Amino acid sequence: MRRNPYLRALGLVLMLALPLVLAGCSSALLDPKGEIGQEQRTLILTAFGLMQIVVVPVIVLTLAFAWRYRKGNKDATYAPDWHHSTKIEAVVWFIPCVIIVFLALLTWYTSHSLDPHKPLEAEEGQNEPMVIEAVSLDWKWLFIYPEQGIATVNELAFPEDTPVRFRVTSGSVMNSFFIPQLGSQIYAMAGMDNDVHLIAEEQGVYRGRSTNYSGAGFADMYFDAHVGSQEDFDNWVAQVREAPDTLTFPEEYYELAKPTEGHFIKYFSDISSSLYENIIKSFHAGGQHSEQMAQYADAYAEGFGNGESAKGDEPQTYGESMSAEAAE
Amino acid sequence: MFGKLSLDDIPIHEPILVVTFLAIALGGLVVVGAITYFKKWGYLWREWLTSIDHKKLGIMYFIVALVMLLRGFADAFMMRSQLAMASAGSEGFLPPHHYDQIFTAHGVIMIFFVAMPMVIGLMNLVVPLQIGARDVAFPFLNNLSFWLFAAGVILVNVSLFVGEFATTGWLAYVPLSGIDYSPGVGVDYWIWALQISGIGTTLTGINFFVTIIKMRTKGMKMFHMPIFTWTSLCANVLIIASFPILTATIAFLTLDRYLGTHFFTTDMGGNMMMYVNLIWAWGHPEVYILILPAFGVFSEVIATFARKRLFGYGTMVWATVAITILSFIVWLHHFFTMGAGANVNAFFGIMTMIIAIPTGVKVFNWLFTMYRGRLEFTSPVLWTIGFIITFTLGGMTGVMLSVPAANFVLHNSLFVIAHFHNVIIGGVVFGMMAGLTYWFPKAFGFTLNEKWGKRSFWCWLVGFYLAFMPLYVLSFYGAVRRMQSYEDGSWQPLMLIAWLGAVTILCGIVCTLIQVFVSIRDRKQNQDLTGDPWDARTLEWATASPPQFYNFAHLPEVNSVDAFWEMKQKNGGTAPKPKAPYKDIHMPKNTWEAPVMGAFSTVLGFALVWHIWWLAIVSGIAIFATFMARIFNNDVDYYVPAAEVERIEREVQKRAEMQA
Amino acid sequence: MATDTLKTEGHAHGHDHDHDHHDAAGTKLFGFWVYLMSDLVIFGSLFATYAVLLRGTADGPTPGEIFQLPFILVETFLLLFSSFTYGMAVLAMNAGSVAKVRQWLLITFVLGAAFVGMEVYEFQHLIHEGFGPDKSGFLSAFFTLVGTHGLHVTFGLIWILVMIIQVSKQGLTDVTRPRILCLSLFWHFLDIVWICVFSFVYLMGAL
Repeated sequence: MRRNPYLRALGLVLMLALPLVLAGCSSALLDPKGEIGQEQRTLILTAFGLMQIVVVPVIVLTLAFAWRYRKGNKDATYAPDWHHSTKIEAVVWFIPCVIIVFLALLTWYTSHSLDPHKPLEAEEGQNEPMVIEAVSLDWKWLFIYPEQGIATVNELAFPEDTPVRFRVTSGSVMNSFFIPQLGSQIYAMAGMDNDVHLIAEEQGVYRGRSTNYSGAGFADMYFDAHVGSQEDFDNWVAQVREAPDTLTFPEEYYELAKPTEGHFIKYFSDISSSLYENIIKSFHAGGQHSEQMAQYADAYAEGFGNGESAKGDEPQTYGESMSAEAAE
Repeated sequence: MFGKLSLDDIPIHEPILVVTFLAIALGGLVVVGAITYFKKWGYLWREWLTSIDHKKLGIMYFIVALVMLLRGFADAFMMRSQLAMASAGSEGFLPPHHYDQIFTAHGVIMIFFVAMPMVIGLMNLVVPLQIGARDVAFPFLNNLSFWLFAAGVILVNVSLFVGEFATTGWLAYVPLSGIDYSPGVGVDYWIWALQISGIGTTLTGINFFVTIIKMRTKGMKMFHMPIFTWTSLCANVLIIASFPILTATIAFLTLDRYLGTHFFTTDMGGNMMMYVNLIWAWGHPEVYILILPAFGVFSEVIATFARKRLFGYGTMVWATVAITILSFIVWLHHFFTMGAGANVNAFFGIMTMIIAIPTGVKVFNWLFTMYRGRLEFTSPVLWTIGFIITFTLGGMTGVMLSVPAANFVLHNSLFVIAHFHNVIIGGVVFGMMAGLTYWFPKAFGFTLNEKWGKRSFWCWLVGFYLAFMPLYVLSFYGAVRRMQSYEDGSWQPLMLIAWLGAVTILCGIVCTLIQVFVSIRDRKQNQDLTGDPWDARTLEWATASPPQFYNFAHLPEVNSVDAFWEMKQKNGGTAPKPKAPYKDIHMPKNTWEAPVMGAFSTVLGFALVWHIWWLAIVSGIAIFATFMARIFNNDVDYYVPAAEVERIEREVQKRAEMQA
Repeated sequence: MATDTLKTEGHAHGHDHDHDHHDAAGTKLFGFWVYLMSDLVIFGSLFATYAVLLRGTADGPTPGEIFQLPFILVETFLLLFSSFTYGMAVLAMNAGSVAKVRQWLLITFVLGAAFVGMEVYEFQHLIHEGFGPDKSGFLSAFFTLVGTHGLHVTFGLIWILVMIIQVSKQGLTDVTRPRILCLSLFWHFLDIVWICVFSFVYLMGAL
């Protein structure tokens, strides 16, 4: 039989798609390093698999019917007025319904079990949960460690096997806090206190970033999350405590909040108490967000990312960050 | 005097823009020169710009849509090129400020000024013919809708050369689009382009809803309507119910930006998430406004070329109605990561999945329409088959995104980009290309070249998979949307494949342009004097191609689905010819008022963008005055005498006989 | 006018026209209904936004502190009564009396204008007290919701003026009659919306 050009083209497309699919297997989402991420991987693959029950037959039938009932094929039955079959209609409603019912149950269950707000219990052999507060600024991440009384910009560290509650807010526009290998992201919204609970079960350096577009410096809003042993973490905290800078609210905080582009790391050895809460409150009644914003008005009016802004500045790095080697 | 506008706002330091401007200015001069040289201004004004003929308006919508497709695609191509280059520390050729405008413009243009006018253009061209009407219910409004839409198009394009466009993403999320973070005029261009064209769209929705409900020909019950008319009806219901939300939302944002109110500000009692809720309460129905008519096109195409009645007409209708209703209770799935409670997320996730059921049923109905048919592989059929496969995949990734817990890792990533291009290109674009090829002979009296049509299809199909499959993969590596550059060099090979996909799609667009050119050149060979080149089933084929301005000499009478097919069967396989005696035909007259109102709306929008208050007031008064002129003009309709109808009909039949 | 002449001409030919010409007025009224429904969606968005922003007072006044119910009640009765007078105008139209139509339209106009005048006074008073729409999310939503209704009434007033002129010049024709009926729908619609505004914004706010 002469090979159909349409099929040939389709085969080509599928051939090209194959390496892409294979390449995906070692990716961040399919190689998660924490409980949340692992469950989400299972969920994605389950949903994908379930839908093949419909997707594969549809594609095969489309090609088969189109070919079998082509105009030139006089062997095929031709029934120009046939337009209804209760049996077929029942089946085509029934099968998608069953799959969706199953997916709906799965959705209901996982929406609750993987609810980002749900605290993670420390299991046996795991450390007690800790809290890290993340504040998105233009265009950088401020991480506050309320229990340690320190803060950093664009660098995150915490011990392995420790459930972490990330409280997430924004000092500016909306962003989204996401470390792909650990699982769920959550929006960072000004004046609102959001949270996501994550855990890392393996040491390593995991790339995190804002996923929600926030303006000119958005592309550089990424950071590394260093996950090491408890000892590594304690050393890192000690290192941060030696940094010369402090972060007081409101003075030094609003200096930091000034819009900047480019990725830099900064440590603050001491912070104002209730820094995170104060940042949220600055947007509420009696807050000082508006008046403080006024000092940046010129900066925003000039426009960013015209190719001539702060982008070219050398990234500032204070101290030695918790290196990848130490973590591994 | 000129508000915020000054000479500095003309971007003469941007080489890309200067070259684009020169090219457009040159092209514009050539067109204007040609029209002047051939003395066609009068013709253009009388026969097109002021025309209330729904067929001509449909054609004008399509022409604008194709021009804007080139602009939107140029944006897409620049984005893909930038991302193919800006890897691992390289900045590419577009700085963020430019790149951000491009992806915003790309989204806005493709949705509002390409997809929408194609859908509305097809509705204009086809719906009145399918229901056996002489025109739409409100012909003046129909012309006005077009010109309000055109005002939006003009404003978006002016933003390219005067000032800037928004750098906020196509939905202009607050607080980024608020005055604090976007003090420039970009967001204002976005606001007024969408506001003005959105009002036009609402009017279109009302107009076609009333047309379909009130103006069907004798005997045509609701369940005799062709599927394209059904899907158009549902799309218009969606327009009527959702576009006012957009109008209100944009109005709030406007007040925030212009008068310092606090609807969506982060402080002073504003609520930014209200904006996100409202914009998606419009935005989700919007995607069904685009896809439902495309579903309708595929239904017509597949039944016609399989030479078989559509399988499960009733199911098809109810599935469409179900999708229409469901589309209003799923909007929250666009922001599960806002952090609503598990119950809320689960509810919206499940509602979203339920839409997959009627959609799946439709797919099976198309399959079983092919079953036991005699399928002819014309290019509309190729688009349809390409659609079924591509859209099924897109639907699958859509269901994956609708599971909230999975959405928490896929949201905002390239997975979302790949998904919605999967359904919009695979669904809307393929549908509109199928519709264009299918109904082109109805509009112009000659068919489009098949060879170039098929080439275009293969380029689009392959190009789509090349361009977007890599994005699915990249999303698993944590690649997010709207990044101007990325630090991970290992993504670059996939980005390059995606770029190749864009090149392939470019070839597809070029093939379409060549197709149109070749078809016009060879129009004598491809001429269709029967009015029914495909041996089709619905009423639009029962009249000449192009139809007389009054559509039908006698309005047809209908007793079933596939009315024209039945007419042909009863008449021994050929279409019955209209016979004397004819009657006078009541027709609306052209309108000069609507294009003038559209022109002043453009000026009004421009004045408001730049805070040129005196000009805003003057143009506002001018719009009002023109409208008053219309109100006091009672000379808006006339009768075509029976003798004239007879003369026209005889001429049409004579031409057909000469060809035979 | 041209329509009328043409129609007589048409009938003079002695054969009926296609049914596409049937009931143009009915189509117009139905279309206007559909428009009103879409307008209702705008008001729906406004009400929803108001409900969400109600608590966003940002140290500014709460609803109970700024609403003067007796004043609003007078406003409300003016508008309700204007609906009645518009109804009289429609009855006069059905009776075919141009003079009476004009007279009732004029009364409706005066009542509507008084309503708008009072609303403007209320707004001006609030702004003067320092409670302008830029003071808090609640005030923004309040001014916009009530103001949008007021703007609709203002357009209605302009429309009434236009109709008075048209009826005077052209009489009650196939062109002016459907317009008076559409305006009637519009006017009653605004009344209903106002009742929602009154109960939802003012009454519930003052309680």
